[in-house]
Amino acid sequence: MDIVVTIILIGGLFFFAGGAIGIIRLPEFYCRLHAAGQLDTMGVLWTMAALALYVLDDFSLGAILTSLKIILIVFFLFITSPTATHAIVDAGVRAGLRPWRKRGAEE
Amino acid sequence: MPDQSRGNLNSEGQILAKDSPSPSNQKRKSLTSFILTFLASFVIWLILSGKFDLFHISLGIISCLIVAYTSADLLLPQQKLGHLIKVWLRFIRYLPWLLYQIFIANLHVMYLVLHPRMNQLIAPGIIRFKSKFSDEMSLFIFANSITLTPGTITVYVTVDGNYAVHAIDRKSGEPLPGEMEQRVANIMGE
Repeated sequence: MDIVVTIILIGGLFFFAGGAIGIIRLPEFYCRLHAAGQLDTMGVLWTMAALALYVLDDFSLGAILTSLKIILIVFFLFITSPTATHAIVDAGVRAGLRPWRKRGAEE
Repeated sequence: MPDQSRGNLNSEGQILAKDSPSPSNQKRKSLTSFILTFLASFVIWLILSGKFDLFHISLGIISCLIVAYTSADLLLPQQKLGHLIKVWLRFIRYLPWLLYQIFIANLHVMYLVLHPRMNQLIAPGIIRFKSKFSDEMSLFIFANSITLTPGTITVYVTVDGNYAVHAIDRKSGEPLPGEMEQRVANIMGE
Protein backbone atom coordinates (compact mmCIF):
# COMPACT_ATOMS: atom_id res chain seq x y z
CA MET A 1 0.00 0.00 0.00
CA ASP A 2 2.77 2.41 0.90
CA ILE A 3 4.42 1.76 -2.44
CA VAL A 4 1.24 2.59 -4.37
CA VAL A 5 0.76 5.79 -2.36
CA THR A 6 4.36 6.83 -2.98
CA ILE A 7 4.05 6.22 -6.72
CA ILE A 8 0.88 8.32 -6.95
CA LEU A 9 2.47 11.08 -4.86
CA ILE A 10 5.48 11.17 -7.14
CA GLY A 11 3.14 11.38 -10.12
CA GLY A 12 1.47 14.40 -8.54
CA LEU A 13 4.82 16.02 -7.78
CA PHE A 14 5.79 15.44 -11.42
CA PHE A 15 2.83 17.55 -12.52
CA PHE A 16 3.59 20.23 -9.92
CA ALA A 17 7.20 20.39 -11.11
CA GLY A 18 5.99 20.64 -14.72
CA GLY A 19 3.73 23.52 -13.73
CA ALA A 20 6.58 25.38 -12.02
CA ILE A 21 8.95 24.85 -14.93
CA GLY A 22 6.24 25.96 -17.32
CA ILE A 23 5.69 29.21 -15.43
CA ILE A 24 9.38 30.00 -15.82
CA ARG A 25 9.93 28.80 -19.37
CA LEU A 26 6.84 29.84 -21.30
CA PRO A 27 7.17 33.18 -23.09
CA GLU A 28 4.29 35.34 -21.88
CA PHE A 29 1.40 35.93 -19.52
CA TYR A 30 -1.35 33.88 -21.18
CA CYS A 31 0.85 30.90 -21.91
CA ARG A 32 2.15 30.89 -18.36
CA LEU A 33 -1.41 30.68 -17.10
CA HIS A 34 -1.83 27.39 -18.96
CA ALA A 35 0.94 25.90 -16.87
CA ALA A 36 -0.04 27.65 -13.64
CA GLY A 37 -3.74 26.96 -13.72
CA GLN A 38 -3.98 23.46 -15.02
CA LEU A 39 -0.90 21.42 -14.29
CA ASP A 40 -1.41 22.42 -10.67
CA THR A 41 -4.99 21.17 -10.69
CA MET A 42 -3.80 17.81 -11.98
CA GLY A 43 -1.05 17.71 -9.35
CA VAL A 44 -3.55 18.39 -6.59
CA LEU A 45 -5.82 15.64 -7.90
CA TRP A 46 -3.01 13.09 -7.75
CA THR A 47 -1.58 14.09 -4.39
CA MET A 48 -5.05 14.21 -2.83
CA ALA A 49 -5.87 10.78 -4.24
CA ALA A 50 -2.66 9.49 -2.67
CA LEU A 51 -3.55 11.06 0.68
CA ALA A 52 -7.05 9.58 0.60
CA LEU A 53 -5.61 6.13 -0.11
CA TYR A 54 -3.09 6.56 2.68
CA VAL A 55 -5.79 7.53 5.17
CA LEU A 56 -8.03 4.64 4.11
CA ASP A 57 -5.24 2.19 4.84
CA ASP A 58 -6.54 1.54 8.36
CA PHE A 59 -10.23 1.25 7.66
CA SER A 60 -12.50 3.02 10.17
CA LEU A 61 -15.26 5.63 10.38
CA GLY A 62 -12.79 8.42 11.03
CA ALA A 63 -10.73 7.41 8.00
CA ILE A 64 -13.82 7.43 5.77
CA LEU A 65 -14.79 10.89 7.04
CA THR A 66 -11.30 12.23 6.40
CA SER A 67 -11.17 10.81 2.88
CA LEU A 68 -14.63 12.27 2.16
CA LYS A 69 -13.28 15.67 3.22
CA ILE A 70 -10.33 15.21 0.86
CA ILE A 71 -12.75 14.38 -1.96
CA LEU A 72 -14.67 17.57 -1.14
CA ILE A 73 -11.42 19.57 -1.44
CA VAL A 74 -10.80 18.14 -4.90
CA PHE A 75 -14.41 18.77 -5.93
CA PHE A 76 -14.33 22.43 -4.95
CA LEU A 77 -10.90 22.90 -6.47
CA PHE A 78 -12.17 21.59 -9.80
CA ILE A 79 -14.90 24.23 -9.77
CA THR A 80 -12.84 27.15 -8.51
CA SER A 81 -9.57 26.61 -10.38
CA PRO A 82 -10.95 27.14 -13.90
CA THR A 83 -13.02 30.04 -12.66
CA ALA A 84 -9.98 31.73 -11.14
CA THR A 85 -7.91 31.09 -14.27
CA HIS A 86 -10.68 32.55 -16.36
CA ALA A 87 -10.88 35.61 -14.10
CA ILE A 88 -7.14 36.27 -14.47
CA VAL A 89 -7.29 35.87 -18.27
CA ASP A 90 -10.29 38.17 -18.40
CA ALA A 91 -8.44 40.76 -16.30
CA GLY A 92 -5.53 40.58 -18.74
CA VAL A 93 -7.80 41.07 -21.75
CA ARG A 94 -9.60 43.98 -20.12
CA ALA A 95 -6.29 45.64 -19.23
CA GLY A 96 -5.46 45.53 -22.94
CA LEU A 97 -2.63 43.00 -22.92
CA ARG A 98 -2.46 41.47 -26.38
CA PRO A 99 -1.63 37.77 -26.67
CA TRP A 100 1.84 37.13 -27.94
CA ARG A 101 1.93 35.54 -31.36
CA LYS A 102 4.76 33.91 -33.22
CA ARG A 103 6.17 35.99 -36.04
CA GLY A 104 4.48 35.07 -39.30
CA ALA A 105 1.69 33.05 -37.71
CA GLU A 106 -1.69 33.49 -39.34
CA GLU A 107 -4.80 34.34 -37.34
CA MET B 1 -43.11 30.29 11.92
CA PRO B 2 -45.91 28.50 10.03
CA ASP B 3 -47.17 31.85 8.68
CA GLN B 4 -43.74 32.72 7.39
CA SER B 5 -43.24 29.41 5.68
CA ARG B 6 -46.60 29.67 3.95
CA GLY B 7 -45.66 33.16 2.78
CA ASN B 8 -42.46 31.77 1.34
CA LEU B 9 -44.31 29.07 -0.55
CA ASN B 10 -46.68 31.63 -2.06
CA SER B 11 -43.96 33.96 -3.26
CA GLU B 12 -42.12 30.95 -4.68
CA GLY B 13 -45.31 29.97 -6.46
CA GLN B 14 -45.49 33.30 -8.21
CA ILE B 15 -42.01 32.85 -9.59
CA LEU B 16 -42.92 29.38 -10.76
CA ALA B 17 -46.20 30.49 -12.30
CA LYS B 18 -44.77 30.53 -15.83
CA ASP B 19 -44.05 26.81 -15.88
CA SER B 20 -47.01 25.24 -14.15
CA PRO B 21 -50.32 26.90 -13.46
CA SER B 22 -51.79 24.75 -10.67
CA PRO B 23 -50.97 26.12 -7.19
CA SER B 24 -50.77 22.79 -5.34
CA ASN B 25 -48.17 21.58 -7.83
CA GLN B 26 -46.05 24.66 -7.17
CA LYS B 27 -46.22 24.15 -3.43
CA ARG B 28 -45.09 20.58 -3.76
CA LYS B 29 -42.24 21.59 -6.04
CA SER B 30 -40.84 24.23 -3.71
CA LEU B 31 -41.27 21.80 -0.81
CA THR B 32 -39.18 19.15 -2.59
CA SER B 33 -36.48 21.71 -3.37
CA PHE B 34 -36.55 22.71 0.32
CA ILE B 35 -36.13 19.09 1.42
CA LEU B 36 -33.37 18.41 -1.11
CA THR B 37 -31.45 21.52 -0.07
CA PHE B 38 -31.82 20.50 3.55
CA LEU B 39 -30.57 16.96 2.87
CA ALA B 40 -27.59 18.13 0.82
CA SER B 41 -26.45 20.64 3.41
CA PHE B 42 -27.03 18.17 6.23
CA VAL B 43 -24.91 15.47 4.57
CA ILE B 44 -22.10 18.01 4.14
CA TRP B 45 -22.54 19.02 7.80
CA LEU B 46 -22.17 15.39 8.89
CA ILE B 47 -19.03 14.91 6.79
CA LEU B 48 -17.41 18.09 8.01
CA SER B 49 -18.34 17.78 11.68
CA GLY B 50 -17.68 14.07 12.11
CA LYS B 51 -19.36 14.00 15.53
CA PHE B 52 -22.54 12.01 15.94
CA ASP B 53 -23.73 12.95 19.42
CA LEU B 54 -27.11 14.58 20.04
CA PHE B 55 -25.75 18.10 20.58
CA HIS B 56 -23.87 18.39 17.29
CA ILE B 57 -26.56 16.72 15.22
CA SER B 58 -29.30 18.97 16.59
CA LEU B 59 -27.13 22.04 15.95
CA GLY B 60 -26.68 20.81 12.39
CA ILE B 61 -30.39 20.21 11.89
CA ILE B 62 -31.24 23.72 13.12
CA SER B 63 -28.68 25.51 10.96
CA CYS B 64 -29.50 23.39 7.89
CA LEU B 65 -33.18 24.23 8.34
CA ILE B 66 -32.32 27.94 8.39
CA VAL B 67 -30.10 27.63 5.32
CA ALA B 68 -32.66 25.57 3.41
CA TYR B 69 -35.41 28.03 4.35
CA THR B 70 -33.50 31.06 3.07
CA SER B 71 -31.90 29.56 -0.03
CA ALA B 72 -34.06 26.66 -1.21
CA ASP B 73 -34.58 28.22 -4.64
CA LEU B 74 -30.87 28.86 -5.21
CA LEU B 75 -29.58 25.30 -5.41
CA LEU B 76 -32.40 23.96 -7.54
CA PRO B 77 -33.74 26.37 -10.12
CA GLN B 78 -37.30 25.82 -11.32
CA GLN B 79 -37.15 22.58 -13.22
CA LYS B 80 -38.84 19.27 -13.19
CA LEU B 81 -37.27 17.04 -10.58
CA GLY B 82 -37.00 13.96 -12.79
CA HIS B 83 -35.25 15.99 -15.46
CA LEU B 84 -32.78 17.28 -12.86
CA ILE B 85 -31.91 13.78 -11.66
CA LYS B 86 -31.36 12.63 -15.24
CA VAL B 87 -29.06 15.59 -15.86
CA TRP B 88 -27.03 14.74 -12.76
CA LEU B 89 -26.70 11.08 -13.74
CA ARG B 90 -25.56 12.01 -17.23
CA PHE B 91 -23.13 14.53 -15.73
CA ILE B 92 -21.58 11.80 -13.57
CA ARG B 93 -21.24 9.62 -16.66
CA TYR B 94 -19.49 12.55 -18.39
CA LEU B 95 -16.87 12.94 -15.65
CA PRO B 96 -14.62 9.95 -16.44
CA TRP B 97 -14.32 11.03 -20.06
CA LEU B 98 -13.48 14.58 -18.93
CA LEU B 99 -10.83 13.31 -16.50
CA TYR B 100 -9.30 11.18 -19.25
CA GLN B 101 -9.18 14.20 -21.59
CA ILE B 102 -7.63 16.34 -18.86
CA PHE B 103 -5.01 13.68 -18.28
CA ILE B 104 -4.04 13.36 -21.96
CA ALA B 105 -3.94 17.13 -22.41
CA ASN B 106 -1.85 17.48 -19.25
CA LEU B 107 0.73 15.09 -20.65
CA HIS B 108 0.74 17.08 -23.89
CA VAL B 109 1.41 20.37 -22.06
CA MET B 110 4.08 18.67 -19.94
CA TYR B 111 5.74 17.53 -23.16
CA LEU B 112 5.64 21.07 -24.54
CA VAL B 113 7.00 22.60 -21.35
CA LEU B 114 9.87 20.16 -20.96
CA HIS B 115 10.80 20.12 -24.64
CA PRO B 116 14.16 21.82 -25.34
CA ARG B 117 12.84 23.63 -28.44
CA MET B 118 9.63 24.73 -26.80
CA ASN B 119 9.47 28.08 -28.55
CA GLN B 120 9.18 26.45 -31.95
CA LEU B 121 6.46 24.08 -30.86
CA ILE B 122 4.01 26.46 -29.26
CA ALA B 123 1.81 28.69 -31.37
CA PRO B 124 -0.48 30.63 -29.05
CA GLY B 125 -3.54 32.28 -30.46
CA ILE B 126 -7.16 33.04 -29.80
CA ILE B 127 -9.86 30.92 -31.39
CA ARG B 128 -13.40 32.22 -31.75
CA PHE B 129 -16.40 30.03 -32.38
CA LYS B 130 -20.11 29.99 -31.77
CA SER B 131 -21.72 27.14 -29.87
CA LYS B 132 -25.29 26.03 -30.20
CA PHE B 133 -26.13 26.19 -26.49
CA SER B 134 -28.79 28.54 -25.25
CA ASP B 135 -29.13 27.82 -21.53
CA GLU B 136 -26.62 29.08 -19.01
CA MET B 137 -25.83 25.78 -17.32
CA SER B 138 -24.48 24.09 -20.44
CA LEU B 139 -22.57 27.23 -21.40
CA PHE B 140 -21.00 27.17 -17.94
CA ILE B 141 -20.15 23.45 -17.99
CA PHE B 142 -18.66 23.75 -21.47
CA ALA B 143 -16.58 26.82 -20.57
CA ASN B 144 -15.23 25.24 -17.40
CA SER B 145 -14.47 21.98 -19.23
CA ILE B 146 -12.46 23.94 -21.81
CA THR B 147 -10.51 25.73 -19.12
CA LEU B 148 -9.85 22.53 -17.16
CA THR B 149 -8.38 20.89 -20.23
CA PRO B 150 -4.81 22.17 -20.39
CA GLY B 151 -3.74 24.06 -23.47
CA THR B 152 -7.02 25.91 -23.71
CA ILE B 153 -8.48 28.68 -21.56
CA THR B 154 -11.85 30.28 -22.07
CA VAL B 155 -11.29 34.02 -22.39
CA TYR B 156 -14.93 34.98 -22.52
CA VAL B 157 -18.39 33.59 -23.11
CA THR B 158 -21.43 35.60 -24.05
CA VAL B 159 -24.99 34.68 -23.22
CA ASP B 160 -25.78 33.79 -26.82
CA GLY B 161 -22.92 31.30 -27.00
CA ASN B 162 -19.95 33.14 -28.50
CA TYR B 163 -16.72 31.72 -27.16
CA ALA B 164 -13.19 33.07 -27.28
CA VAL B 165 -10.60 30.47 -26.34
CA HIS B 166 -6.88 30.99 -25.89
CA ALA B 167 -4.99 27.94 -27.10
CA ILE B 168 -1.32 27.29 -26.46
CA ASP B 169 -0.67 25.45 -29.72
CA ARG B 170 -2.56 24.28 -32.75
CA LYS B 171 -3.03 20.72 -31.54
CA SER B 172 -4.79 21.84 -28.35
CA GLY B 173 -7.08 24.27 -30.10
CA GLU B 174 -8.08 22.21 -33.12
CA PRO B 175 -10.58 19.79 -31.55
CA LEU B 176 -12.83 22.62 -30.36
CA PRO B 177 -15.81 22.75 -30.23
CA GLY B 178 -16.16 19.23 -31.61
CA GLU B 179 -16.70 16.23 -29.42
CA MET B 180 -16.72 18.03 -26.08
CA GLU B 181 -19.62 20.24 -27.17
CA GLN B 182 -21.50 17.17 -28.35
CA ARG B 183 -21.02 15.47 -24.99
CA VAL B 184 -22.10 18.50 -23.00
CA ALA B 185 -25.18 18.72 -25.23
CA ASN B 186 -25.91 15.09 -24.39
CA ILE B 187 -25.80 15.88 -20.66
CA MET B 188 -28.40 18.59 -20.89
CA GLY B 189 -30.52 16.50 -23.24
CA GLU B 190 -30.50 19.04 -26.05
